[in-house]
Amino acid sequence: MIRFEPRSNPGPLLVYGVPVLAATIAILLAAIPLALAGAPIIQAYGLMISGAFGSVFSTSEMLTRATPLILTGLAAAIAFRAKLWNIGAEGQLYMGAMAAVAVGSGVIDGPNWVMIPVVIIAGMAAGALMLIGPTLLKTRLGVDEVVTTLLLNFIVLLFVQMMLEGALKDPMSMGWPQSEPIIDSAAFPALLERMRVHIGLIIALVSAVALAIFVKRTVWGFEIRAVGENAAAARFSGISVTKTMILVAALSGGLAGLAGVSEVAGTRGYLATDLSPGYGYAGIVVAMLARLSPIGVIASALFVASVFVGADSMSRAIGVSSYLADLIVAMALLCVLIGGFLTRFRVHFDRKSAQG
Amino acid sequence: MEIIDILLAASFWEAAIRIATPLIFGVLGALICERAGVLNLGIEGIFTAGAMAGWMAVWLGAGLWGGVLVAALAGGFFGLIHAILTVPLGLSQHVSGIGVTLLATSLSYFTYRTALPDVSSPPRIEPFRPLDIPFLSDLPFIGQALFSQTAMTMLALVLVLVTGWVLYRTPLGLAIRAVGDNPSSVEAQGLSVYGLRIGAVVVGSSLMALGGAFLTMSAFDAFFFGMINGRGWVCIALTVFASWRPGKALIGALLFGAFDAFQVRLQTEVGAFLPSQVFLMMPYILSIIALIVVARKADYPKALLVPWFKGQR
Repeated sequence: MIRFEPRSNPGPLLVYGVPVLAATIAILLAAIPLALAGAPIIQAYGLMISGAFGSVFSTSEMLTRATPLILTGLAAAIAFRAKLWNIGAEGQLYMGAMAAVAVGSGVIDGPNWVMIPVVIIAGMAAGALMLIGPTLLKTRLGVDEVVTTLLLNFIVLLFVQMMLEGALKDPMSMGWPQSEPIIDSAAFPALLERMRVHIGLIIALVSAVALAIFVKRTVWGFEIRAVGENAAAARFSGISVTKTMILVAALSGGLAGLAGVSEVAGTRGYLATDLSPGYGYAGIVVAMLARLSPIGVIASALFVASVFVGADSMSRAIGVSSYLADLIVAMALLCVLIGGFLTRFRVHFDRKSAQG
Repeated sequence: MEIIDILLAASFWEAAIRIATPLIFGVLGALICERAGVLNLGIEGIFTAGAMAGWMAVWLGAGLWGGVLVAALAGGFFGLIHAILTVPLGLSQHVSGIGVTLLATSLSYFTYRTALPDVSSPPRIEPFRPLDIPFLSDLPFIGQALFSQTAMTMLALVLVLVTGWVLYRTPLGLAIRAVGDNPSSVEAQGLSVYGLRIGAVVVGSSLMALGGAFLTMSAFDAFFFGMINGRGWVCIALTVFASWRPGKALIGALLFGAFDAFQVRLQTEVGAFLPSQVFLMMPYILSIIALIVVARKADYPKALLVPWFKGQR
């Protein structure tokens, strides 16, 4: 029989080592589908690494990819800490992007130290509102937020499509459903000349540090953790669970919205329905790999981004389906779940037959 | 065409039942998992896996029912992963489910792309044909609406009865319902909580996969990327709407199918005034409204989402 015994105090090696190990195992497991697809495995891994880190250009691409992942990862991490199961970061991202485009494509203009905050605030507010609705439904009426936030992703994407064929359509786009470009004063400046990586990365890193401080060092952060660990006990000790949940929703939705702003204002320059290849969902993986730690999110977003960029360039080079990247990310999530279990429990194998 | 004319046409009800079929499989599957206390958010991915596996088996030369079996096995496989993570290990059902969805979807897409690297138009199979039952199919109205469906629709309808019978009329069903409400009482009777829960999740996931297989093997004749398009999530909403009862699940799926068929027809009438996206949003909006309406009185299985460990009181 297998027995699980809780570990009283898992050491730091276990806590930080297990996610790294889980990510490594996921990468190694990818050798199976690679082999089945007939790819040269060693060469494929080499191409994957050089695809993400081989040149300034590829590293810039990787960091560009990591930027929205840090933000959606933070969005999932803060929500999951309070046991608010926000699966709707994808929709919140698109709402944020749409709000940024609505105010940032020429309706108003000003110097960039005005316009950049304006698009950020608009996008974060839109993302936050998208999650506050389902959160109120959860706290007031007991409607499961998992389903509502998920379904809202589909509704938002259709709404974006509708707006891109209507009010937000760029008349110069030759019929393509895309928005007018973000004006120069609202665009996120690039960090490196002739590279795509932009100040969105700095904003994301600052957000991670700020969120870490917020969670660890403020009363609100304490209340969020308390509600997440035991809502009934938190309520008993005088914490307003509804208020805390709404605060979490505003933060989580706002961060996901910010990811959308960063994508339209920094990476893409305009809004289209293929703005995000699933950053909202990948954010869940990022958050879990980071064990919901805001600083850990930075590391795990870099990992997930390098898998995406590396596997993409590898698949182009040797003709393996680029869905391999999604496969690795999914396996990393499941591995880290099991890893999380093994940090909390010691596994014992009892040999009953030998004893009896 | 008037609204009444739409509702009175047999072709409308035929479409409604056809649209409802994958949802019936999905809701039954989700309902069985949740009755045993396990939320299965792997459903969207399991739908994809069932659609891909069933289609590919037939494309590789298996018979249609062979494809159905392969789809069920694929669903059971992903269900087993979810069950191991959530039942004996007691990990977060939400996160594990999302993980299974990501895994099943990416594995299906990867397999499809690896088998068919450079096809632009997906290859077609010969799908299930509408049945031609002597006498029944010739009945006016009902004949076309109900008895000219494919065998998989009939299977879905039969499974509603079977699931209801098992859940409410057999000791096994009693044990499954008990394990979702009060697992300790089940252990006290000497039954295996783990065994019941794992079994329910595997069987439920197999049913979900049949919903996917219906899409590629009955409704369409090919596999497309993104073809599941949220149907799995809609099933999760419908499960709450159905208050975990097979009969209500059937009604919910049929209402949903009727609404979807109705909006397609309405669209051709008033499409000029409203953007097509408004119509496409309706199923999701409807799901949310359904959740809000029933939320207050929703009678969740009491042990849903709550992990249980051996020897626990």
